[in-house]
Amino acid sequence: MTFANSPQANQVSPSLQPKGWLRYLSFSLDHKVIGLQYLVCGFLFYLIGGALASAIRIELSSPISDFLARDVYNQVLTLHGTIMIFLWIVPVVNGAFGNYLIPFYVGARDMAFPRLNAVAFWLIPPAGLMLISSYFITGAAESGWTAYPPLSITTPAAGQIIWILSVLLLGGSSIFGGINFIATILKLRRPGLKLMQLPMYCWAMLGTSILVVLSTPVLAGTLILLSFDIVAHTGFFNPTLGGNVIVYQHLFWFYSHPAVYIMVLPAFGLVSEILPVHCRKPLFGYATMVYSIMAIVVLGLMVWAHHMFTSGTPPWMRLFFTIATSFIAVPTGIKFFNWVATLWGGRISLNSAVLFSCGFIVNFVLGGITGVALAQVPFDVHVHDTYFVVAHFHYIVYGGSVFVIFSSIYHWYPKFTGKMLNEHLGRFHFVLTFIGFNLCFAPQHWLGLNGMPRRVAEYDPQFAFVNQLSSVGALIMAISTLPFLWNVIQSAFNGDVAGDNPWQGLTPEWLTSSPPPVENWQGEAPLVTEPYGYGITNEELAVEPSINDDIQIPQDK
Amino acid sequence: MTILLCIALVLGGTWVGQHVNLLPISASSNAPVYDELFRVLLSIGTILFVGMLGLVIYSLIKFRRRPGQTGDGLAIEGNLPLEIFWTAVPAIVILFVGLYSYDIYDRMGGMQPLQHGEHGHQKMSTNQRIWGGIGSGTVSQAESKSNNPLPVEVTAMQFAFLFHYPKGNIISGELHVPTGQQVSMKMESKDVIHAFWVPEFRLKQDIIPGQPTVLNFTPTKPGRYPIVCAELCGPYHGGMRSAVVVEEPAEYESWYSKNSKEIISEA
Ligand code: HEM
Ligand SMILES: [Cu+2]
Ligand SMILES: [Cu+2]
Repeated sequence: MTFANSPQANQVSPSLQPKGWLRYLSFSLDHKVIGLQYLVCGFLFYLIGGALASAIRIELSSPISDFLARDVYNQVLTLHGTIMIFLWIVPVVNGAFGNYLIPFYVGARDMAFPRLNAVAFWLIPPAGLMLISSYFITGAAESGWTAYPPLSITTPAAGQIIWILSVLLLGGSSIFGGINFIATILKLRRPGLKLMQLPMYCWAMLGTSILVVLSTPVLAGTLILLSFDIVAHTGFFNPTLGGNVIVYQHLFWFYSHPAVYIMVLPAFGLVSEILPVHCRKPLFGYATMVYSIMAIVVLGLMVWAHHMFTSGTPPWMRLFFTIATSFIAVPTGIKFFNWVATLWGGRISLNSAVLFSCGFIVNFVLGGITGVALAQVPFDVHVHDTYFVVAHFHYIVYGGSVFVIFSSIYHWYPKFTGKMLNEHLGRFHFVLTFIGFNLCFAPQHWLGLNGMPRRVAEYDPQFAFVNQLSSVGALIMAISTLPFLWNVIQSAFNGDVAGDNPWQGLTPEWLTSSPPPVENWQGEAPLVTEPYGYGITNEELAVEPSINDDIQIPQDK
Repeated sequence: MTILLCIALVLGGTWVGQHVNLLPISASSNAPVYDELFRVLLSIGTILFVGMLGLVIYSLIKFRRRPGQTGDGLAIEGNLPLEIFWTAVPAIVILFVGLYSYDIYDRMGGMQPLQHGEHGHQKMSTNQRIWGGIGSGTVSQAESKSNNPLPVEVTAMQFAFLFHYPKGNIISGELHVPTGQQVSMKMESKDVIHAFWVPEFRLKQDIIPGQPTVLNFTPTKPGRYPIVCAELCGPYHGGMRSAVVVEEPAEYESWYSKNSKEIISEA
C-alpha cells in the first residue's frame, strides 16, 4: 500500500469506519479513500499488464515464435489489452481521480451515493483476480480484447466465459461510477456554484459519464449474447447457425469507440487542472473547452464503424464514418490549442507534473494525426490491423492517458499524503519514460506501413531489427517505473512535509489540510467561483483556506 | 520572423512528404493513388506535429519560471478571434483532407457498385449480400488490356489461403496473376474471420464466414509479394501467409496452360 501511512484522519469522524491504513482495505464510504483504493489497485494491475507487455516484446524480439507457445502468446495478448483498458486506465482516470476530486470541486462532502461508490470499487479486485486466475486454471481467453466471433466461439470456452464475466463486472462497476458522477456533479453542487464555474475536470467527467451510461450497457448486452452462443449454442453471432458476425462488430465498437474517449476525456480534464496551477495563468478559453468536450461526446457516439472499414461495410457507410471521424479532430484540436495558449505567457515551473502534461500534448498530437489519417478509408485499407494501428492507439492511450496519470500523481500526491515527491527522481522518471515510449512505439508506424500485421507471434525476418529497437524501448519503459515506485514509496515516509497548498492552487481541494479530513472541510465548504483566477491583475484571493497551516513552497530551486 | 518560420515549416513538411519514403514498392494500379494520398497526409501531419512540438518547447523555454521569480503569469482567459481562428483552420484542413480522400477513394473505385467476375457470367443468388473492398475502379478499368476481369475464388481457413480459378479449374496455394489484367476475387471463409492483405497492392479485405466479400485489383509490377492474413484467427495467425506471383502475360499463360484441367476451348 503506497499511501498507507497517511496520518490519522481527524477525530470528529462520527462513522464506524476503520481508521489509519486499515481503512484502505475496508468497505470505506469516504470518497477519498475510495479514490486512492482505485489508484493503488489500478497501479498494481498496471504492473501485471506491464509484465505481460514485456513478455510480448520479448517474443517479438525474434521473428520466430520461440519464447511463448502460440496459444499462450494469444492469451498474454488478450490479458494485456483487457487489463490495461478495463483494470488500469478506465478505473484510474475515472474512478481514482474522479472520486477523489469531484466532491471537492462541486463543494460536497462526499459522492451522491457513497455505498454504490464502494460497491463499484469492490467489484474491481475480484473481477481482475478472476480474469488473471483464468490463465492458471483453465487458460485465459485468446481471441484478443475485441473477442470477435466466430474466433471467440471456437477457442476454448472456459477462458472466454471467464473473460466475459469479468468484463461484465468491470462494466457494471463503470456504470455505477458513471451514475454517481452525473448525480454528484448535477445535484450536489454547493449552493451558489454555477455549472460554468466548475473546474474543467467536472465537465470532462460529466461528458465521460454520459458516454459510460449510454454505451457500456450495449457492451454488456453484446457479451451476454456472445456467452449464450458459447454455452447454450445459440446462433446470434455464429455463421454456421445463421448468425451474423458483423453485427457483433457493430455492437462491440458502439461501446468500444466511446471507450477510447472514456479513457482520454478525463485525462483532458486532469491536464486542464494541472497546467493553470503550474503556469500561474487562467485556463485559456474555458467556454470553448466545455463546448468541445460536449461536441466530442456527441460525435464520439457516431464514429464506431471506422474500426470496420475492411470488414463487411458498404461504401456509403465507409464514407459516412470517414467524415464523422475526421470531424472529431476539430473539437480535439481546439483543446490542444487552448492548452498551448495556457502555457503562453505563463510563469511555468518545469516540474515533473508539467513535463508529463507537456509530454502528453506532444504524444497525443502525433496520435491524433495518425488517427485522422486512419479515418480516411483509402488510407485505412492498407494499414488496418497492422502495427500502424498499434502505434496509433499506444500514442493515445499510453502517450496520452498514462502520461496524464503520472502527471496527476506528481500534482496531487502532496494532497493525498501530505508529503512532497522528490523532484529529481520525478524528472528522471519523465525522461526515461518519454525516451522509452517513443523508441518503443514510433518505429511501429513503419512496421505497419511495410507489412507487419498486429497480433502475431512470428513475422517476416526483414522486420527483426525494427522490432528489436521497439523492444529496447519497452525495456526502458519497464525500467522507468523503478524510480517512480521508489519515489512514491519512500516519499510517503521521508518526503518533505507538503503543507496544505504547496502549489498555491485555487481549486477547492487545496483549500483544506493535506491529507484532507473525513468530510473534506472543517467548516463550511468554500465557494470557489473562479477556479482559475491566477494572473498578475489579481488583487486579493477571493477565498480563504479553511485551515491555515504554514504554507511552504517546496520547489527545489 | 514568425512568418518566415511558418513558411519554413510548410516547405519543410512538404519536402518531407515528398521525399521520405515509408512505404514498400507499389505493384498494383491503385498503389500509386494510395501513395499520393499518403504523401499529402504525411506533409500535413509533419507540419502540424512539428508546429505543435515547436510551440510547446518554445513556451516551456521562454515562459519558464526563472530562479527568484515570483508572481503569476498574464491573466488572459481567452481571445475570441483567436479561438475562432483555430477552430476554422483545423475545420478547413479536415474538409480538404476529407474531400481529397473522397476523390482518392473514388479513383480507387470505392464508390462503384461491386461486381464479381464477368458481367452476367457469375450469377449471385440475390438474397446474398456481397460486400467488398475497393479496387474495381475506373483506373484499373482503363488500364486493363481486356475489359473482362479474371475471376478467382478465394477460400480462407485456419491457417491457409486457397485460390480457385473457375476458368481452368485450377486450385493453387499461391495466387498467380498477369500484369495489367484486372483480377476479381470472391472470398469466403470456412471457419473464422481472416483478411487478405498484400502490402505492395495497398489493399486489404476481411474474409468473413457466412458472407462472401469481393476484392478487385489490377497488378502492375511483376514480382513475388506476400499475402498476409491480417485478422487474428488463432494460434498460427502469424504464420498464415501465402504469396501472390505477378507475371508478364506470356509467363502467366504458360503457368495457366500447364495447370489447367480444362481443354482450353472458350475464348
Ligand atoms: C483525433 C481523434 C482520433 C481519430 C480520428 C481516431 C481514429 C481511429 C481509427 C480510424 C481507428 C481504426 C484503425 C483501424 O483499426 O484500422 C482507430 C483505432 C484506435 N484508436 Fe483512435 N482515433 C482518435 C483518437 C483516439 C483516442 C482519443 C483513443 C483513446 C484514448 C484512440 C484509441 C484507439 C484504439 C484503442 C484503437 C484500436 C482499437 C483496436 O483495434 O484494438 N483513438 N482510431
Ligand atoms: Cu475508434
Ligand atoms: Cu489470421
